[in-house]
This record gives sequence, structure tokens and C-alpha cells, in this order.
Amino acid sequence: MKEHHLILRVVTKSLVGTIILFAFYVQFHGDFSPGGGFQAGVIMAVAFILYGIVFGLHEVQRVLPAWVVHKLVALGVLVYAGTGIWNMFLGYEFLHYGSFTPDHMSHGQHSGILYVEAGVGITVTGVMVAIYYAFAGRTPRLGNDDW
Amino acid sequence: MATASETPHIALTLRDHLPILQVLIPLCTAPLIVLLGDRRVAWGLAFLAAMLSLVVSFLLMMQVMDGSFISYHLGGWAPPIGIEYRIDAANAFVLLLISLTATLVLPFALRSVADEIPARSHTLFYACFTLVLTGLLGVVATGDAFNVFVFLEISSLATYVLVSQGLYRDKRALSAAYDYLIMGTIGATFFVIGIGFLYMTTGTLNMADMAERLVGQGDNRTVQAAFAFIVVGMGLKVAIYPLHLWLPAAYNYAPSAVTVFLAATSTKAAVYVLLRFMFSVFQPEFVFDTNLLLWILAPFALLAMFAASLIAVFQTNFKRMLAYSSIAQIGYMLLGISLFSVTGLSATMVHLFNHGITKAALFMAVGALVLRSGNTFYDRIEGMGRVMPLTGAAVVLGGLSLIGVPGTAGFISKWVLVQAAFEAGLWWIALLIVASSLLAVIYMWRVVEILYLHTPHPEAIHKEAPLSMVIPMWIAAGACVWFGIDTSLTMGAANTAAIGLMGGTDGMALTPTVGGLLGNGH
Repeated sequence: MKEHHLILRVVTKSLVGTIILFAFYVQFHGDFSPGGGFQAGVIMAVAFILYGIVFGLHEVQRVLPAWVVHKLVALGVLVYAGTGIWNMFLGYEFLHYGSFTPDHMSHGQHSGILYVEAGVGITVTGVMVAIYYAFAGRTPRLGNDDW
Repeated sequence: MATASETPHIALTLRDHLPILQVLIPLCTAPLIVLLGDRRVAWGLAFLAAMLSLVVSFLLMMQVMDGSFISYHLGGWAPPIGIEYRIDAANAFVLLLISLTATLVLPFALRSVADEIPARSHTLFYACFTLVLTGLLGVVATGDAFNVFVFLEISSLATYVLVSQGLYRDKRALSAAYDYLIMGTIGATFFVIGIGFLYMTTGTLNMADMAERLVGQGDNRTVQAAFAFIVVGMGLKVAIYPLHLWLPAAYNYAPSAVTVFLAATSTKAAVYVLLRFMFSVFQPEFVFDTNLLLWILAPFALLAMFAASLIAVFQTNFKRMLAYSSIAQIGYMLLGISLFSVTGLSATMVHLFNHGITKAALFMAVGALVLRSGNTFYDRIEGMGRVMPLTGAAVVLGGLSLIGVPGTAGFISKWVLVQAAFEAGLWWIALLIVASSLLAVIYMWRVVEILYLHTPHPEAIHKEAPLSMVIPMWIAAGACVWFGIDTSLTMGAANTAAIGLMGGTDGMALTPTVGGLLGNGH
């Protein structure tokens, strides 16, 4: 593996950073242009999946271990729900982003969207990578004789 | 939007937030369990979430008992634009059943799950359990049609995982879970196709708004197709008789604690959704005009009552027998709907609750028997009633309630159902209800005979189940008796719910402030 696919490996290494950067662009620019947490999460996951495809599952899991991925999945949901709970503590309805800046509701809406989209991005990244890990790392738990 | 100086905002209190907290508490608990990733904490958190849900649903129930409703606007966006959570007597009652069962099942699950599932899976098991709870509560609490679908999927997907966890005892749990996955997904797809058609016709997803715009659309083919898709889709989830094939295997091979929870709640939540769509979104008159009740629901309900009961009689496994009995009992609920009267719907609503607690008690007894005898085949649980007196007695009590003996919860629901049949002038249906109850006598007597009149199996552990299982079991069994004698809560709520449902759109009327907004929206 080390000797082969030199071009693939070099190109992948240079692409991964760019892909992650683009993911962040889509993430933070989501409220002005097409994009948002879901798309950004998928793009972010693509960076890891590409790395995994070229360098192998073992290598990518050194960067992003499976247990971290599982925690990411849960963390994103909590970020989303936590934003809503924060709104509740501010005295408004669940996910009423306007409550962040009661004097200028639309500013609050902007920041609220940013927070929940961050949550979406984290979870989608986690789920996509987790699906890839699950397929790529699939070793049958049940042998044929166990049935 | 108004600035703060013009209209000072009055901060919402915890009481105002109850409708969202009902769903939010378990929703946040599930990822928290995964994030902490500690299996000892997992159970505690799940139990805490279930208990808090129970408190919330009880408080909600108290608020809507008088026939009023609570509307909660997510994100402060008023319906029909925003998502609305809407609690009235019909769904508060189901919320109470779901959170009550979850609170009872979790203490029971502690030992049962430890026995049936390897420790490394416990964290995710309880996370999935909380997700099922979230989904079911969400399906029932929401007033938004698409939200129903989303929560339905949350609960279903988590349920498939839970059912598959039976694989450590029997590998067939995997194929049972897979069958359920396929059937459940077809059901959910049909349901969402139906909602798509409705959205196409009305341009809204808010149920109350939808109901208002569907008035007078009875001849619209799109609306009729939507109705058909929704009824069949939900019918799969409810396990209406010919669509029930996933149920026996799923109940039979799922871990005991999961079966208890599913049997008591998931089909009940689906029955609620069916009712909500048939009577609140579509009009009762529309449902009547389509002849669905007369030609489809009633015959299949009767068929379920007899066919499933007969199959139950010939089972050789206690757990599987109870699964078939569940299909028969769903028949009674559908029969109540098809009688098309306030009394009939009350019977459905009250049977939903009463059958929930009855099956909870019985399936908990199954779990206790599994713990001591390994499985629940009749030749294996012979004589266990003698060595496990408390479990055996709970089976007897639950069985009496299932048959509908006076003094038990099951009697109340069958009594109301028979009453509804007489009100409709269908005395022969009343006779059939009684006749099918006799089949329940046969299959329950078989179990009682096996539990008490044989010598215990030598390989079984001759010991009563641990207290953590016996206490929840007896709370459920006690509830069967309690709600058979004091029916003020159950019948009161069922009646209010039935009147609201039969009221059609009036039962879903929008709040006046929103009504003005709606006027120029069409």
C-alpha cells in the first residue's frame, strides 16, 4: 500500500483539508446561500471517508476513533435541543431564537439558526462517518455455524 | 416583530412548557445516555426521564380533563405556520398510559435486561428505550401531521433495534425485527404518502388547519386516496387483523421488558393516531360516507376477535399466545370505532388504557417466568405458579381482566362496548363480544391450569422472581383491579376524549387569535 497509488495518496492528502474548509464554509454560510448543517455535515464526513478509502480504515480511525463518532452523533442532538432549552430559560418558547436578543428579534433568529445548525452539522458528520465505519469495518459477529 | 418596549413579554413558566417538556425530557435523555456512555448511569437516567414524563403527563391530564385543550407553539411561531403541540383529553390520556408504562417497565427491566442481554449492550439498549418513549410521546402530543410521521419513525426505528436485542436468547429475533422493519416501513411510507396528498390539497400540515380546509372536500379523489393511504399505513402499525403478521414474532422474540413496553404502548399510540386522523382531520361524516367502518373496519374487527383468539387457544407458548390475544383485543378497539358513536369511541379509548395495563401485567409475568424457567413454552412453565405464587397470582388477575370478569378493568371496557352495540341496535354484535370473551376464558384457563395443576419442571429455578420485577408487575395487576372499580379517571377521560373526537373539526377548533391570521392565508 505504501508504495502504490502515490498520486491518489498525495491528492487525497491535499484535498482533505480543502474539503473540511469547504464544509465549514457551507456550514456558516448556510443562512445566506444554499447549504447548512446537513450539507456541511455530509461534506465534512466525506473528508474522513475519502481518507479512509485511500489509506484504510485503521488509519482514519486513528484520527477519528469510532467511539468519538458515536459521541458526536449524540452531542449534536444535545446542542440542538440545548439551544431550545436555553430559549426556555430566557422565558420564551422552545426554540424561540428571538429570545437571544429580545430587543431585535431577527438578530436572535440569526444566532439561533447558527447554533442549531452547528448541532445538525455535528450529528450528520457523526452519522455519516458511523455508517461508513459500520460498512467498512463489518466483520460478521455470527459465524455461519452459529445459526 | 414588536420590540420589547411596546409589548413587554411575559416570561413563560414551567407550567406553560409542559407540552414540550413531555417530549423534550426523554428526547434529551437518549443522547445524554450515549454521551456519558456508562451503563450504570444509563438505567438511572432512563428511569428519571420516565418518571418526569409521568409527572408531566399527569399534570397535563389534570389541565385538560374538562374538555379544554392546550396549544404550544414551537419557536414562538403560531400555527398553522409553525409546529404546534396540542394536548386535549384524547391524547393526554394516551400520554399518561405511555409514560406510566415506561415508569413501570424500567424497574422491571433492570433484572430482566441484565439476564437477557449482555452488559456491553445495556447503554445503547436504554438509549433506544428512551428514544421509543420519545417517539411515542411525540406522536401523541403533536398537532402537526408531518411531525407525527417523524416521531413515528423515531419510535419505530428504535423499536426495531430493541426487538432485535432478543437475538441473544433466540436468533429468530433478528428475522422478527427485520419483518417488523419491512412492514413498519411500508406502513410509515403509506402514511406519509397520505399526508403528502393532504398537503397537496390543503397546503398545510397543521392538523387543525387541515381539518378546516378539508370540510366539503368529501368528493375530492385526492382526499379519498389520502384517507385510504393513511388508514392502511396506520393499520399496519396498529396491526389491524390482516395487517398483523409482524406482531406475533416481534412480541415473541423481543426481550421480555421490550415486549411489555411495546404491547402496552406502541399499538395504542397507533390506534390514537388512526382515531385522530379519522375523526379530527377528516370529518366523522366523511369517514361515515366512505363506508370504511361498515365494510372494512367492523368485519375485520370481528374477524380479529375470533380468529386471533382461536389461534391463541392453540398456542404452546405463553408469550406467543398473549401476542395473538393482543391482536384480538385490538379488534375490540376497532369495533368500538366502527360503532360510530360517543359510547363506542369511549369504549375504544378506555379499552386502549385498560388493555395496556392488563397486557403490561401479563407480559411482566412472562418476563418473570423467563427469568426462572428460561422460556415460556407450556411444558417448561408447568407448575411454576406453585413455586412463584406472586407471579402466578398476577397471571390470574391479568387473565381475569383480559377475559373481562366484573371487578377488573377489562370488564369496564367490554361493558361500555356492549352498551355501545346495544345503543346502535346491533344486539348480535353484543353477543359476539361476549362469545369471543369466552375464547379468552379458554386460552387463559389453559395457562392457569398449566401454572398450577402440574408439578414444576425440574430444570427451572424454583424461586419467586426478584422484588424489582414483582412490584411493578403487581402495580400493573393492582391497576387492573383499581380501574375496574374506580372508573372516574379512565371513563371520565375516555368520555371527554370521545365527545371531542366525535365533534370533528369543532374538537380541533383553532384558537381565536390564530383564526384571524388564517383568514387571508387561503
